[in-house]
Amino acid sequence: MIVENSEVILSVQDLTADVDGTPILKGLSLEIKAGEIHAIMGPNGSGKSTFSKVLAGHPAYTITGGTVLFKGQNLFESEPEERSRSGVFLAFQYPLEIPGVSNLDFLRVAYNSKRKHQGLDELDVFDFDELVQERLAIVKMNPSFLERSVNEGFSGGEKKRNEILQMALLEPTLAILDETDSGLDIDALKIVANGVNQLTRPDNAILMITHYQRLLDYIVPDYVHVMEAGKIVTTGSKALALELEARGYDWIREEEAIAK
Amino acid sequence: MTIQVSTDLDLQSVDHSAHAVYLSDLCERLDLDQLALGAETAALVQSLRDRASALAQELTLPTTRQEEWRFTDLAPLRQIKFAGSAWRQRVLANPDSEAFKNLILPEAVARLVFVNNCYMPELSAIANLPTGLAISSLAGQGGAIAGYLGQQPGAEEVFTTLNTAHLTEAAVIRVQRHQVIESPVHLLFISSPVPASRLVSPRCLVVAEPSSSLTLVEEYLTLGTGTDLINAVTEIWLQENAQVNHTRIQRHSQTDFHIGKTAVSQARDSRYTCHAVSLGGRISRHNLKVHSTGQQTETTLNGLTVAAGEQLADTHSAIGFSQPHCTSHQLHKCIVSDRARGVFNGKVSVPKAAQLTDASQLNRNLLLSPKARIDTKPQLEIVADNVKCSHGATVSQLEAEEVFYLQSRGLDYQSACNLLVEGFAVEMLEQIPSATLRRTLSQLILSQIRTEPA
Ligand SMILES: Nc1ncnc2c1ncn2[C@@H]1O[C@H](COP(=O)(O)OP(=O)(O)OP(=O)(O)O)[C@@H](O)[C@H]1O
Ligand SMILES: [Mg+2]
Repeated sequence: MIVENSEVILSVQDLTADVDGTPILKGLSLEIKAGEIHAIMGPNGSGKSTFSKVLAGHPAYTITGGTVLFKGQNLFESEPEERSRSGVFLAFQYPLEIPGVSNLDFLRVAYNSKRKHQGLDELDVFDFDELVQERLAIVKMNPSFLERSVNEGFSGGEKKRNEILQMALLEPTLAILDETDSGLDIDALKIVANGVNQLTRPDNAILMITHYQRLLDYIVPDYVHVMEAGKIVTTGSKALALELEARGYDWIREEEAIAK
Repeated sequence: MTIQVSTDLDLQSVDHSAHAVYLSDLCERLDLDQLALGAETAALVQSLRDRASALAQELTLPTTRQEEWRFTDLAPLRQIKFAGSAWRQRVLANPDSEAFKNLILPEAVARLVFVNNCYMPELSAIANLPTGLAISSLAGQGGAIAGYLGQQPGAEEVFTTLNTAHLTEAAVIRVQRHQVIESPVHLLFISSPVPASRLVSPRCLVVAEPSSSLTLVEEYLTLGTGTDLINAVTEIWLQENAQVNHTRIQRHSQTDFHIGKTAVSQARDSRYTCHAVSLGGRISRHNLKVHSTGQQTETTLNGLTVAAGEQLADTHSAIGFSQPHCTSHQLHKCIVSDRARGVFNGKVSVPKAAQLTDASQLNRNLLLSPKARIDTKPQLEIVADNVKCSHGATVSQLEAEEVFYLQSRGLDYQSACNLLVEGFAVEMLEQIPSATLRRTLSQLILSQIRTEPA
């Protein structure tokens, strides 16, 4: 929802980043305000996941230029965990399996590190259990998944739901969903989309990375950006996504070439 | 001079070089005081002791030139003169002290406590034992230990000999035929340091009669910081169809030395499971030797070693089969940080007669610092041709992607690493039959290790 004069949550200016000396992000600019839902589409390898991981603070990427402000603060000054606690959340394209670490313990530790950051008391096992049961309902997840190791042996769709469960617990200001819809059947997609919709508020924002406009039927974006070779090349409304789905990305490249 | 050695004995080479340290030089003479034992037990113990003492005169401290001790240099032991018996005055301990209360396992059906190898009746709990379970110190014994005490193969090995030569006390457990003891029996060997370094020789004997079942927790620890040499020997006999679930915890201080032997004999159809956790000791070594003497025995060895700082932690296991249709499954994990070293040597011998043996062994190691080190060596000696035997070893570090995943959910670097280390260890802890002990161990492990970014 576009709200006049709402707070700028994320402001990215001319961002460039390398991995092992190879430039991946090449001058990316984007602004997201409170209440808005943005979608980024773009061909494989264009740098969408790289952008999301740079925002989350992944150590493999080196920032070589540009600025990123999160609620007015330089995002790159804080460690990944501090970004998380202050409200940045990345639902990973490929959530990791962590053998031996119980999902429930993991969720509780994560939730409590945010509580601590907010100066609140940590929740004990019982209170947390109550909370997590309530949040499970948002993604219609079976409680048995809490007893298992984090994502271990989860199907692709179950992993994605587990990511949204984490989002439901951490209640981020900026949620970046990297292909959370990929590999989901239509029922699972509806559940995940419905979950995300329940979590949108006027004071938070969502950045979705997707290849499919199908997702955008369920989570309706205010803006659709096209990323190509490490930068945003076009921005439009939801209609742009339909056009991309019908015509592919080539016409954008052509228009870009003509513009130059 | 010649010494008779049995065939499976690698320890027993005698070193006549100028640097050789005789066992007799390692510690002051023990004035072997009159044992306050019944006549029959006293005679038996005395004869075992005499024989071992004579042998010990000739034995030298193993050196890294011996294959069995290649990675474990005992040189630091040479620097220390270990006191013999002068310290053996009884320690008065307070059963109501907080330090002691924290050691109690509420799940245990019985508890036998030794402090500096003195039996402590006031700290023990052996009243109202379930039927068929007998637990006592050596003094409480009738003649029931004859044929068992000191009779496991490998009794002539250096440190076993040293222990037997100093035999004054022992924990003795016997479960009668058909009796099932589900709740754990807790053996607690506590070191309470004094200013001197001492040689302490704990001993334990377990006899599980046919078709009986026992859960045992054997725990070694130091209250404070010591520089003792704790040289422990445990002998476990599983008679036909018996079952023993054995948890062995070694958590001495990081400046103590611990050499522990677990010798197990398994008669046909018996099932032995060991959960060995080794955390303490500047140098520690666990010699775990299982002798399967009958058909269809099952052996499960789970081990977890944690070493940090300058520690060296060595596990040498050996499973010897002799009959067909036996199985063994071994999983040993090491977590090593700082400049510490872990050693794992796992021997499995399957002679011609032991057809249809199913033996697996896996050693998984987690290195938490670039200077930490692991030496791992499987040692499969397979002669039988129709067997299923596998072994493997892995060495890994914490996955940077996993650490980042946890950080991205708000955990700081150290908490993320700790959670992953716990995840690595949990498999080895979750089967320990006491929630209290599992919790204690988790905490100890996390306070012991330190993770350095690679
Ligand atoms: N850690 C890394 N090491 C090496 N190369 C990397 C790394 N991360 C990304 N890259 C490279 O950067 C480019 C962009 O990758 P990225 O994953 O960001 O693309 P994407 O737009 O998310 O693609 P997809 O739609 O397939 O998910 C690719 O060429 C990729 O191989
Ligand atoms: Mg991607």
